[in-house]
Amino acid sequence: MSVYISRSEDTLAQHLIKLTQAGLPLVDDPWAWLAEQLHMSVEATLDLLKRLQAEGAVRRIAAVPNHYRLGYRHNGMTVWDVRDADMPRLGALIGAQPFVSHCYRRPRQTAWRYNLFAMVHGRSSDEINHYREHLRQLLGDACVADEMLVSSRILKKTGLRLPQAPR
Amino acid sequence: MDDLDRRLINRLQRGLPLVRHPWQALAAELDSSSTQLLERLRQMLADGILTRFGPLFDIERLGGAFTLAALAVPEERFEQVAEQLHALPEVAHNYRREHAWNMWFVLACSTEQAIAETLHHIETLTGLPLLNLPKEETYHVGVYFPV
Repeated sequence: MSVYISRSEDTLAQHLIKLTQAGLPLVDDPWAWLAEQLHMSVEATLDLLKRLQAEGAVRRIAAVPNHYRLGYRHNGMTVWDVRDADMPRLGALIGAQPFVSHCYRRPRQTAWRYNLFAMVHGRSSDEINHYREHLRQLLGDACVADEMLVSSRILKKTGLRLPQAPR
Repeated sequence: MDDLDRRLINRLQRGLPLVRHPWQALAAELDSSSTQLLERLRQMLADGILTRFGPLFDIERLGGAFTLAALAVPEERFEQVAEQLHALPEVAHNYRREHAWNMWFVLACSTEQAIAETLHHIETLTGLPLLNLPKEETYHVGVYFPV
């Protein structure tokens, strides 16, 4: 990723994070509420949100479901040993599958041969096995080995917080 | 959960439109009213069907350093090592996964230097081999759970 947001925009984004950490108030005119907090006009606030979203600093303003409550109790981290030359094409292809929530290239290590990671979620173990099989077919001969690491327990989940500035 | 709740959940996972009157726009789309949508949303947050409604930040783009790491923990030491990691503020998530590498965690620090130090600290603390797998390329991020 090559797009960075400017310094002043960064300060505003940090302010926005603090204001909305607990969520956006459920009011009829949320931009007016935000504008008041940021001491900006409603138009400037909406423009800021549009810019932050276009640049990717804000992914979207959205609802986060409790996926367990919606029945999505199974998740698998599928990992693939993909020919390096094919990664740009295949990484994008795998990431574009609607059932893949996160997809990254990560380095191989002596004790770890897999370079492509794709997280899949489903309502049964059959469902995630089926997704894995689908990904395997998409990767074809460019992939020489794979595994699926099924999550069985959450040991800690605090969410990513904005780290403190470097000392 | 009725049909309107389901349509609202699906629609709101994709994001509120950045238009001057977003709730009115959504109400027109879902054949409802802004008052009714806000009431449903309030109810689903109170019920815990939704955990949050608001901006989703790409926190990594706003500074800091992150990595995914794994440990292969002997079964008899699993709880102890889980507690050791739980106590470290740098550990943001930690999951057990069914594999020889059975403990997978995300570190969030202010600098790359702090990541390296924390990884070294965990190796020393646990005496276990560690996999460090920082992301090299992002192809997709975006959780969507249709209901």
